[in-house]
Amino acid sequence: MENSQIYSIKIGGQAGQGVKSAGLMLSKFAARSGFNIFNYTEYPSLIRGGHNVMQINLSAEEVSAPSKRDDLLVALNQETADKHLPELTEAAEILFDQDSGFDTGKVSSQIRLFAVPLSRLADEAGGNDLLVNSVALGAVVALWDGDLGILHDLLAAEYADKGQQLMDENKKAAQLGYDFIKENFADKLKQVFRVGEKGATKMVLNGNDAVALGAIAAGLQFAAIYPMSPASGILHTLALHQEQLGYVYKQPEDEISAINMAIGASFAGARSMTSTSGGGFSLMVEGYGLAGMTETPLVIVDGMRPGPATGLATWSGQGDLLFALRAHQGDFPRIVLAAGDVKEAFDLTMEAFNMADRYQTPVVLLIDKNICEDEQSYPLFDVSPYSIERGKLTFSTQDNYHRYSSSEDGISLRAVPGSGNFFIANSYAHTEEGFTTEEGNVTQEQMKKIMAKLETCRRESMKAPQLFGPPEADLTFVSWGSNKGSIQQAIKKYPNVNFLHLIWMNPFPAEAVKEALEKARYVVDVECNFSGQLAALIREKTGIDILDKMLKYDGRPFYPEEIEDKIREVMKQ
Amino acid sequence: MSKIEELNTNIFPTWCPGCGNFAILSAFKNAAVQKGWDNSNTVLVAGIGCHGNILNFIKLTSFEGLHGRSIPVATGIKLANHRLNVFCFMGDGDGLGEGGNHLVHACRRNHDLTVLIHDNGLYSLTTGQTSPTAPHGFKSKSTPLGNPDYPVNPVALAIASGSTFVARVYAANIPKLTEIIIKANEHKGMSVVDILQPCFTFNKEYTNQFYQQNTYWLGEDHDPINKEVAFKKAQEWGEKQIPLGIFYQVEKPSFEEDLPQLKEKTLIEDAPLQRDLTELFKKYS
Repeated sequence: MENSQIYSIKIGGQAGQGVKSAGLMLSKFAARSGFNIFNYTEYPSLIRGGHNVMQINLSAEEVSAPSKRDDLLVALNQETADKHLPELTEAAEILFDQDSGFDTGKVSSQIRLFAVPLSRLADEAGGNDLLVNSVALGAVVALWDGDLGILHDLLAAEYADKGQQLMDENKKAAQLGYDFIKENFADKLKQVFRVGEKGATKMVLNGNDAVALGAIAAGLQFAAIYPMSPASGILHTLALHQEQLGYVYKQPEDEISAINMAIGASFAGARSMTSTSGGGFSLMVEGYGLAGMTETPLVIVDGMRPGPATGLATWSGQGDLLFALRAHQGDFPRIVLAAGDVKEAFDLTMEAFNMADRYQTPVVLLIDKNICEDEQSYPLFDVSPYSIERGKLTFSTQDNYHRYSSSEDGISLRAVPGSGNFFIANSYAHTEEGFTTEEGNVTQEQMKKIMAKLETCRRESMKAPQLFGPPEADLTFVSWGSNKGSIQQAIKKYPNVNFLHLIWMNPFPAEAVKEALEKARYVVDVECNFSGQLAALIREKTGIDILDKMLKYDGRPFYPEEIEDKIREVMKQ
Repeated sequence: MSKIEELNTNIFPTWCPGCGNFAILSAFKNAAVQKGWDNSNTVLVAGIGCHGNILNFIKLTSFEGLHGRSIPVATGIKLANHRLNVFCFMGDGDGLGEGGNHLVHACRRNHDLTVLIHDNGLYSLTTGQTSPTAPHGFKSKSTPLGNPDYPVNPVALAIASGSTFVARVYAANIPKLTEIIIKANEHKGMSVVDILQPCFTFNKEYTNQFYQQNTYWLGEDHDPINKEVAFKKAQEWGEKQIPLGIFYQVEKPSFEEDLPQLKEKTLIEDAPLQRDLTELFKKYS
């Protein structure tokens, strides 16, 4: 086997059957067996019924994208087998329930079939319907020659808080599935799981986990978040650890309240955040500008799904870029960043808190659903290089204090209520003290002051975009968000292709982007929205019009295979 | 602050002569001096409307938010630093129209906030349109044929929503208003005070004379811990039939008192802590 080989396992079943948790456990199993992981999940916005699938991509080397093909299909129901048959690789395997009535007649003869009595073995293990998953996991471990002990450890950890009986039943179910394969298909086992070096401990986590953990690491003190797919995972994690770690998560009545609560807490001195998806951000728009005008630090995370209106609730999109850059009336300094993967979501969340405090203004972090809800494996994140920076902030009484005093960098000393300093944090045009004003020259000066902060940020914090691949190439991809993983994976085989990945959307690294694109011989813009919003931004900031755009707005990700098709098409010309 | 003058800013109030807001401003300052509310222990929040200008005339740290949004801002402040006295000034259009949802939910959570509704039955800053407390049939710029809607009852709404202190006062009675503002702030939990406030410029129905003739104080026989009685009293409105005073007051732990994270100290007492994630990371491996 080549180290770079990627194996793809797809588990499918109906909503409520536990596909997600089974898939997550299988990916942790693979990570503990020494593999790198990229999970891709598809599900409709339903709690019961409907078709759920999770694809686990594993490799001894880095894997950062979903795949169009599956090497092993674990069909917990008939529909999964029917639906995903066309995706199977030539020598793929299907593991299915012997008693499901799956019609094997239409399956190509090269595909290897593993009929396992999943439901019957689940009955034997204890009878609970969800035990089917553990039977299937045990069977997969046996089929690819894995270590059942690792699966038992994972089940023990998973059911540690759920009672001994449930734990024992699940372990037994896994054992039964494992034994069934060993006894009935001993000559057909594939050696996949045994070959990896176990190496250092890896985490398997998604972007929602990463944002919550990044916020916790960065000293979060207050979060107000209203639930909305696909970003609700952030609040689930924050809600869970609040008492132990001493911060407060509050579920508000709506997103308008969420952002105003977070602004109130931040005004009072707490590190604060909110998160939502595009629809919720629409409601937050007035608060977005309020934070800008009152110069209140705030981190806003937008987990993007396709819009407009309800759009596709559980699918991915990148249509909020220009919205985050333009939302709200008038001008105010807004810092807008976009993460390209789970690790970037973690790092940028921590950085967003420092920048919100330093520039006393809202920072928006955009992450698309494919980052929010798709896991990737990483070595444990090292947070030691990070240090909390609160900028110009005082908790003590100052002489002759003016909240909005003028300064070259645009940043004034921020005090908190209760510190003995009188000031008004004012949404109305205001004087240096914060008093409401109608004076033209004062209004003008204050606008110049707040907008100067953006220049300071450009000078002192903004980073250049990343260029992957050779410095000069025949073809340059430009993209952002979760497309990063697929493009990176696809260009590995092509020494004449490189990729410009953008994170900083405002302020925008115009010079660096211009330089990179002017060097490029042929440029393709890749985005998951209808109009090519990044391309529009690049044109606005650099004057460069990217003519070739790969755009997708069906909620699905770009697969590395599609990027490769594009490379071949362009290279032919 | 020991003297009223110390609470003055150098901004001259921009309200119309005779506006009820002057009385509310005076009563609030009286209360602040009596109780020692100052910049070490008190913060004010307001929405947008005539009422919101009050922040410019009181030398206490404040947050002038958006129309209808004073309550969530105040809630965030209280959760971050629950040792502060947090006052929320709101208008009837502001807090009952635009921000009605926030009022309902803050009441049900029993946050320890003091909410003062400057209730003049009108949108006055935008030159006189009908508000949620304007009576049916009321003629204004937005209802030249008479208001087709029926008014919301702030006292009944607050009681029904779960507020644990609900009172109504008439603005011009400054000593009584002072007393009620103090009691509302001393109450641990969500306090809502509906302040009947004449608008000389635009409201020709709810005048000083109207309130003087038609209001009466709830007697000593009124039992404020009885929710049914309080709710029934809240329904009274009409000729010589507008009750004033504390309709409802019960002891119940506030949201902040019940939150384990706030038992020992406020959220902001310690600087944000760069947390070690070693234990949390284990859950993901």
